[in-house]
Amino acid sequence: MASLLGRFCRKLVVPGSAHGSRMTSTTACGSETVKSLNLYSAINQALHIALETDPRSYVFGEDVGFGGVFRCTTGLAERFGKNRVFNTPLCEQGIVGFGIGLAAMGNRAVVEIQFADYIYPAFDQIVNEAAKFRYRSGNQFNCGGLTIRAPYGAVGHGGHYHSQSPEAFFCHVPGIKVVIPRSPREAKGLLLSSIRDPNPVVFFEPKWLYRQAVEEVPEHDYMIPLSQAEVIREGSDITLVGWGAQLTVMEQACLDAEKEGISCELIDLKTLLPWDKETVEASVKKTGRLLISHEAPITGGFGAEISATILERCFLKLEAPVSRVCGLDTPFPLVFEPFYMPTKNKASSSSSLSSPSKNTHFLIHGFSRLL
Amino acid sequence: MRLAISATTYRMVLLLRDSHQIQSLVIVTPWWIRSQVLVHTKTPIVMDFPGGKVAFTPEIHFISESNEERVPCYRVLDDNGQQLTNSQFVPVSKEIAVKMYSDMVTLQMMDNIFYEAQRQGRLSFYATAFGEEAINIASAAALSPDDVIFPQYREPGVLLWRGFTLQEFANQCFGNKSDYGKGRQMPVHYGSNKLNYFTVSATIAYSLLTQLLPNAVGAAYSLKMDEKDACAVTFFGDGGSSEGDFHAALNFAAVMEAPVLFICRNNGWAISTPTSDQFRSDGVVVKGRAYGIRSIRVDGNDALAMYSAVHEAREMAIREHRPILIEALTYRVGHHSTSDDSTRYRSADEIEWWNKARNPLSRFRTWVESNGWWSDEAESDLRSKIKKEMLEAIRVAEKTEKPNLNHMFSDVYDVPPLNLREQELLVRQAIKSHPQDYPSDVPL
Repeated sequence: MASLLGRFCRKLVVPGSAHGSRMTSTTACGSETVKSLNLYSAINQALHIALETDPRSYVFGEDVGFGGVFRCTTGLAERFGKNRVFNTPLCEQGIVGFGIGLAAMGNRAVVEIQFADYIYPAFDQIVNEAAKFRYRSGNQFNCGGLTIRAPYGAVGHGGHYHSQSPEAFFCHVPGIKVVIPRSPREAKGLLLSSIRDPNPVVFFEPKWLYRQAVEEVPEHDYMIPLSQAEVIREGSDITLVGWGAQLTVMEQACLDAEKEGISCELIDLKTLLPWDKETVEASVKKTGRLLISHEAPITGGFGAEISATILERCFLKLEAPVSRVCGLDTPFPLVFEPFYMPTKNKASSSSSLSSPSKNTHFLIHGFSRLL
Repeated sequence: MRLAISATTYRMVLLLRDSHQIQSLVIVTPWWIRSQVLVHTKTPIVMDFPGGKVAFTPEIHFISESNEERVPCYRVLDDNGQQLTNSQFVPVSKEIAVKMYSDMVTLQMMDNIFYEAQRQGRLSFYATAFGEEAINIASAAALSPDDVIFPQYREPGVLLWRGFTLQEFANQCFGNKSDYGKGRQMPVHYGSNKLNYFTVSATIAYSLLTQLLPNAVGAAYSLKMDEKDACAVTFFGDGGSSEGDFHAALNFAAVMEAPVLFICRNNGWAISTPTSDQFRSDGVVVKGRAYGIRSIRVDGNDALAMYSAVHEAREMAIREHRPILIEALTYRVGHHSTSDDSTRYRSADEIEWWNKARNPLSRFRTWVESNGWWSDEAESDLRSKIKKEMLEAIRVAEKTEKPNLNHMFSDVYDVPPLNLREQELLVRQAIKSHPQDYPSDVPL
């Protein structure tokens, strides 16, 4: 019953989407009240709960007071007061620096950076202060109560400075965590986990899904564990790994591949740092093939880390080189966005598909369409 | 200006007149026109603008880049340590004064001995606070133990005042297992949560100096929200005031109404860069007003002035929920650090002059002695006691073993994740196969 409900609990309003062959539900949504919510509403709910359950928690950033440019902070200032939910001056290094100070005093600071594209002035604070706060003090101090939220990713018309996926920069910083949800229900649970995690977390929200994705989201207070990847679709021929909005694309690709007789296993990484190698490794040992997909430019993208690690651990089980289908090595273009994006129909020129095995024919053919 | 107006307007004009906006009013009413009013406006009409009323001016006038006179510097003692006749200051008890002076001496001696230890190769690195002892100690004395400190790296005196022992200083410098920082950072990167002194950030080799400033503002906001009788205090130098974080922090502090003290040690030099290459404003004090922050310039080598300024600033910060900027003028008598030889970019005469003429210790000592609270005997007793303690502290610190290897991996997160546990295994394997390639004084 639970698994049946689990299958139908999740609904993505994306043209042509259908439920996967099996959905692993991480929440018992059958027994709790659920409500159909989009991504920004789910995040809003999480923030309401976070502020409600901890009186020493704060939400702030540019334009947060009136509800935020993406409406994620709607109603918070009215409900919890301007001392706890407030606008800040236009200065990311100040916003994050101020948040670190609050967190260092034992508060929870949920900081909003208006677009991930603007996070760079705060990079120094994140890398040199937040990430090292506990370590350098010998655990006398920490700023674990800090969570930095930022909308990331393509939105259809964002161009250079409203579309970036900067997760790779942050995955290179020991001391912080990087979390990216794929859907409203995931976002609420992961955000609450991030806020309550005793380490500073950078939480990227796929802005394309703020209104686009609608899902049944439980109304209660629940958390989804960090550093645990989820197999959201089981398969036997190839493993696909992704995060955030890209999973919607990959899910579509899996459905198309199924028609060709290719059984795909799809994994949502959820937490990129520290990432769940065990789940991906187990899957690749089963399927023998790995394909990683992300919007961020391919060179130096997080897919490279996954590829290198899986190669080390699964070399003898691999039937083909690891494949990455990602954004191009250009600044994110406006008019050319449809060509830039790693869409499901993108031709893969990866040589990983040409390896002798009984399914080679299907795989080469399938994957040139798959990606 | 002539206006033809109706009776209603005439009444409005009378109101304006009564509000002193109008210099004179002449009413002329020829029979064929309703009323004619001559209005001479005294001041231009003001208009409401975001942030308040702004007067207009018909003159094209640029605000000068600097005031004609520099902001004066508050001091209580003259160069010789004599109290100035009309000086205002917060009285200091004998106990406090003696502790202040003793700690200044201790700081100076500690710096001397650690510096020498580095020169002898026993320490990897050190940075002294020579010439800035009054800033260090007097500011600490004026604060309460609950005030949280976000230091730069030239303020160990604040820790000293609060009770950090010479042994604890030595442990950090030698990076042994008793170091609270667990051997992770270079010498002088002290921290103590017990004493509310946040761990020093920023390796001195880089120019990242003021990252802790915005953190201090957040901490101050927390203190305000928790209604604590405490403020946050943060230190930085003249060079640090050029960093973006300084500007971010001041602006935030003003807008958030955070009880934080920004104490600038303007010691004339940022490594080899003199203040003339650092900014073109009248120092740092004038920047406060740009952000809406009350500010003061103080003689940083005058312990009494520093004490009073910090004392008053703290009161205002906590009572009025506002930040205060204090620019303490001083001089960096020592080199930037043991990696620096400052005679390469400044004259030895200049250093000597400041060390003699404006020495903070001698000035304060004169004043303390003038009250009958100190003597030559007390001085020599103190100095021999400190020397003995220091040498013992170094001896013990040097002998104490280093922190265990597992501390390389702990505290990156609250709990080591899997990748770190794996990496620790790999490192230990490597050590096992090639022990001669690794330092033998780190216990495994």
